Amino acid sequence: MSDIFPRWTNKLPLRLLLGVLIVGSVATAGVTYYFTPKYTRVGYQPIQPVPFPHSVHADQLGLDCRYCHNGVEQSWYSNLPSANTCMNCHNQVLSADPRLALVRDSFQTGQPISWVQIHKTPDYVYFNHSVHVNRGVSCVHCHGPVDKMDEVYHAKSLSMSFCLDCHRDPASKIRPPEEVYNLNWVPPENFAKDKGAKFVHDWKVNASQNCSACHR
Amino acid sequence: MRYWLSFFLVIIVGAIAVIGIAGFQGGKSRKPPIEIFPDMDRQPKIRPQTGSSFFSDGKASRVALLGTIARGSHYLDTPLVTGQLTGSTNFVDVMPLAITAKLLARGRERYQISCLPCHGALADGNGITKKYGMAVVANLHDKRIVTQTDGELFKTITHGKNLMGGYGANIAIEDRWAIIAHLRTLQLARLGILADVPLDRRAGLK
Ligand code: HEC
Ligand code: HEC
Ligand code: HEC
Ligand code: HEC
Ligand code: HEC
Ligand code: HEC
Repeated sequence: MSDIFPRWTNKLPLRLLLGVLIVGSVATAGVTYYFTPKYTRVGYQPIQPVPFPHSVHADQLGLDCRYCHNGVEQSWYSNLPSANTCMNCHNQVLSADPRLALVRDSFQTGQPISWVQIHKTPDYVYFNHSVHVNRGVSCVHCHGPVDKMDEVYHAKSLSMSFCLDCHRDPASKIRPPEEVYNLNWVPPENFAKDKGAKFVHDWKVNASQNCSACHR
Repeated sequence: MRYWLSFFLVIIVGAIAVIGIAGFQGGKSRKPPIEIFPDMDRQPKIRPQTGSSFFSDGKASRVALLGTIARGSHYLDTPLVTGQLTGSTNFVDVMPLAITAKLLARGRERYQISCLPCHGALADGNGITKKYGMAVVANLHDKRIVTQTDGELFKTITHGKNLMGGYGANIAIEDRWAIIAHLRTLQLARLGILADVPLDRRAGLK
């Protein structure tokens, strides 16, 4: 009569354990890499109804962000411009260009252009633009180099850890208020240590880490 | 040994397949982000840039009905709001706000945001848009415009004029006056004569 358990089964528990460990760590690596906003959101670049290039308007023409997003300093929400704002220039520039047909329609009828929203925090998060931009936090921290983008894409993860990284240490990210809309500003050496810390102290910057600041 | 080899092969092929399909972090994608645990991410409340199926035009942000006024908005028929004397269509000569250093600084900043692209930093009509085919931009040092009243300038900014669009929706009322104050300093700077310069400063001039 042959053995019920042949010899090789002696090593089976060890092999199984090793196999599970390897499969487990590969799966964990995959999940940490893929199941995070750094993967799911970053790079989202929808096709917009009008191929509006920030690179032409903000960089080449040097328009200030607030020419179009004019509510960003007063409001929690950074508005998108209405067609009137575009038509200020495009009644003379490219006034018959087919790419701008939707803008002209919208200007005539008042029906807004349905831009696809790219940055969207979950609805249980309370976010506010004005507190940030009025306190020296630039658009570039949260949106990346928009002025260089032909089409806007989601450049930063905007996850909770992204927000908290800065709320724990605003001094290293903050800049003088007049440079907030200059996305190409490079801090001079030692800026964070000297000036940044001074701003945080003088303006009594209070970047709260309480849950209730962002989840009200 | 054979088992281990095939085991690793399966894992490696699997990993390559996943990376091949899913790509790397930061890759561009036209598809909306997947919300892996959609908890309460999207709630049936109205946020900016969302539509509404309740209203027939689909707009969630409602335009104020005719004859109604939004809370907190200016509505009185006063010079501050209209640039005209109360109860008439006569423009006010001089702006209704006191000119302070703060107002001038604000006006300069706002001018550079909203007017500079077309009229240029010096208000001479040589903004950057001229290079791109905006042929008719007014030179704000024209005598006709220098002699306009503040109220008339206010109306131009608010409602636009001829080929210039109105900025009433984009610029707050106080800021429009601040811009006018800054515009006046630009005009004055160009009209200045030697007699305007204090005696002790004249030496430095050429
Ligand atoms: C000429 C007007 C104009 C100017 C100037 C402008 N924008 Fe925009 N912006 C738009 C329009 C229109 C959209 C919507 C279409 C799109 O997403 O491309 C937009 C979209 C965006 C978005 C994406 C919004 C979303 O859906 O999540 C960001 C971020 C943004 N702008 C940042 C900036 C910054 C930063 C600047 C200054 C460097 C700037 N914009 C200057 C018109 C403008
Ligand atoms: C300050 C004036 C100004 C405003 C405001 C403005 N544009 Fe433009 N736009 C321009 C100029 C100048 C060009 C470049 C024309 C050229 O290259 O000849 C341009 C080019 C474009 C183009 C063609 C881009 C390309 O690749 O050549 C599109 C599309 C466009 N604008 C859309 C818009 C939209 C939508 C808005 C409103 C959100 C807007 N613009 C607001 C001045 C303006
Ligand atoms: C502290 C980070 C942060 C800064 C700084 C910031 N934004 Fe945003 N922005 C966000 C977040 C988060 C959202 C998504 C908000 C939402 O869910 O509605 C957003 C959304 C937007 C949108 C889409 C409309 C909206 O409000 O949902 C625009 C346009 C925009 N930002 C423009 C700007 C501009 C222009 C600046 C600089 C003046 C700026 N942002 C600075 C984080 C930031
Ligand atoms: C680059 C730095 C930076 C980033 C990134 C940032 N914040 Fe802030 N945040 C600040 C600072 C600085 C303040 C304090 C402003 C003040 O003192 O008034 C602040 C204040 C706030 C407040 C107001 C708190 C209060 O006491 O009322 C909220 C809400 C907030 N942040 C939410 C967010 C969210 C949500 C995100 C992520 C999408 C985020 N912030 C990302 C710097 C940042
Ligand atoms: C600076 C702002 C900020 C603060 C402070 C903050 N959160 Fe968050 N929280 C966020 C943002 C933004 C998200 C959305 C993250 C995302 O969608 O990637 C979030 C998401 C969450 C989620 C949902 C996670 C999920 O994926 O389902 C929980 C739970 C949460 N926060 C708990 C907390 C708790 C507990 C605290 C206090 C210790 C706290 N938060 C403080 C900004 C904040
Ligand atoms: C998009 C380009 C553009 C911008 C931005 C712009 N303007 Fe103009 N403006 C024009 C054009 C074009 C004219 C000439 C209109 C005509 O005579 O057809 C004009 C004319 C004027 C006039 C003369 C009106 C008259 O009586 O003939 C004044 C005053 C003026 N602008 C002030 C301003 C101020 C103040 C701002 C900033 C809030 C501003 N403009 C921003 C394009 C612009």
